[in-house]
Amino acid sequence: MRYSALSLLLNGLTGNRNWAPAWREPEPKSHYDVVIVGGGGHGLATAYYLAKVFGVRNVAVLEKGYLGSGNIGRNTTIIRSNYLLPGNNPFYELSMKLWEGLEQDFNFNAMVSQRGVLNLYHSDAQQDAYTRRGNAMRLHGVDAELLDREAVRAKLPFLDFDNARFPIQGGLLQRRGGTVRHDAVAWGYARGADSHGVDVIQHCEVTGIRREGGRAVGVETTRGFIGCNKLALAAAGHSSQVAAMAGLKLPLESHVLQAFVSEGLKPFIDCVVTFGAGHFYVSQSDKGGLVFGGDIDGYNSYAQRGNLATVEHVAEAGKAMIPALSRVRVLRSWGGVMDMSMDGSPIIDRVHLDNLYLNSGWCYGGFKATPASGYCFAHLIARDEPHETAREMRLDRFARGYLIDEKGQGAQPNLH
Amino acid sequence: MASRVPCPHCGLRPKEEFTIKGAALPRPAPDAGEAAWIEYVYLRENPRGAYDEFWHHTSGCRRWLVVSRNTLTHDVYGARDVALGGETQP
Repeated sequence: MRYSALSLLLNGLTGNRNWAPAWREPEPKSHYDVVIVGGGGHGLATAYYLAKVFGVRNVAVLEKGYLGSGNIGRNTTIIRSNYLLPGNNPFYELSMKLWEGLEQDFNFNAMVSQRGVLNLYHSDAQQDAYTRRGNAMRLHGVDAELLDREAVRAKLPFLDFDNARFPIQGGLLQRRGGTVRHDAVAWGYARGADSHGVDVIQHCEVTGIRREGGRAVGVETTRGFIGCNKLALAAAGHSSQVAAMAGLKLPLESHVLQAFVSEGLKPFIDCVVTFGAGHFYVSQSDKGGLVFGGDIDGYNSYAQRGNLATVEHVAEAGKAMIPALSRVRVLRSWGGVMDMSMDGSPIIDRVHLDNLYLNSGWCYGGFKATPASGYCFAHLIARDEPHETAREMRLDRFARGYLIDEKGQGAQPNLH
Repeated sequence: MASRVPCPHCGLRPKEEFTIKGAALPRPAPDAGEAAWIEYVYLRENPRGAYDEFWHHTSGCRRWLVVSRNTLTHDVYGARDVALGGETQP
């Protein structure tokens, strides 16, 4: 069923009794051309583009929980393409372009809102660094504007411009950045993939990978063995466990990242704004809640819950940027398990078995990458060659010394 | 994460006093070869369960410790001084 104003009207007039489910709940078949492990945003997007763009329709997506239960439903919904390095920038810009056409493409309201992403700077050195990044973005054809202090003040007058330790000098603005309703991304891609014949199989955990003669022939699951011609792994924070089933050790650590939402407030912040002197970023949802987050907790964790010390740290950073936050009550907080790579950049590559493909290492930047990650991974799986924007995201770049170290931190996943 | 770490020198201390370095891996010999060093610098078991990790007691005795804990339940099993040993349990 195609969603439209007319379908809404007609279904409304008939008491909303005739809506079809957005996707089927199929029993797994015994064999597929492609099996994708992980029904998060990236796995579903991969299946969608495989079926829609690359014509590979005999595809299954295996999800151990329910759709939207992992990081696709736990992030802070921000999209942007304000990257410095040539290995990253064209990829994230491809993602931004796909976001811009996504709702028409998959016929689902994902509430894509290009409200702008503003990164504040607090020193001359930081201004230089942001100027360099903005110039790199513009050289790649991405929009970027450097705002001075008064331009930022006109936009967000309630910031603490005269903070004694970190006065705000200005900001780097990407107007095309913004937010997207994250659950709707999972649902839209699932519905789109399903409508092109993909089997989206929930509550089906992969427990082993069967190998024969240098190839992956299928996966053992809690719902039986499922054979495949090609096996694609998109398991995010649990990538290390799934890859270990194929005898592969990854340059990843899994860390917990927390996010928060406040009580609903009247319209207050009309863009995404990030603190340049600490790790804090905030936007306001359409319901009025402030959606914000900070840094990872700093220790390996699979617990999907964080520590109070980080909650305090995030609150302090937020209050240093917006003093008015001291009166805001937090409604709830949660955590997600991030696949932190050793250089802070992702991996989209074919790995040591002939027909095994890996998509991981998204650190805490996976959400904004969802469309391009799916598109480029589907390109790699269907054609056995990398998409031009993702060709530097190789697994062997660590051994070869070609890191994509956007943050310049080296092999320290808890600092990326 | 359990909120207190059993430092062998300072006793049970809040975890905020510590700086976490990462996996406690044996450092290869200087001439161990490229493959061993690539594995040491970049590759991780990343276990979902028991895990040994280097922690520095930054706001305490300033000694380097190996903290044994569980990455899924956040239980802390014990800690020992990297150079001196002396395992302590919580």
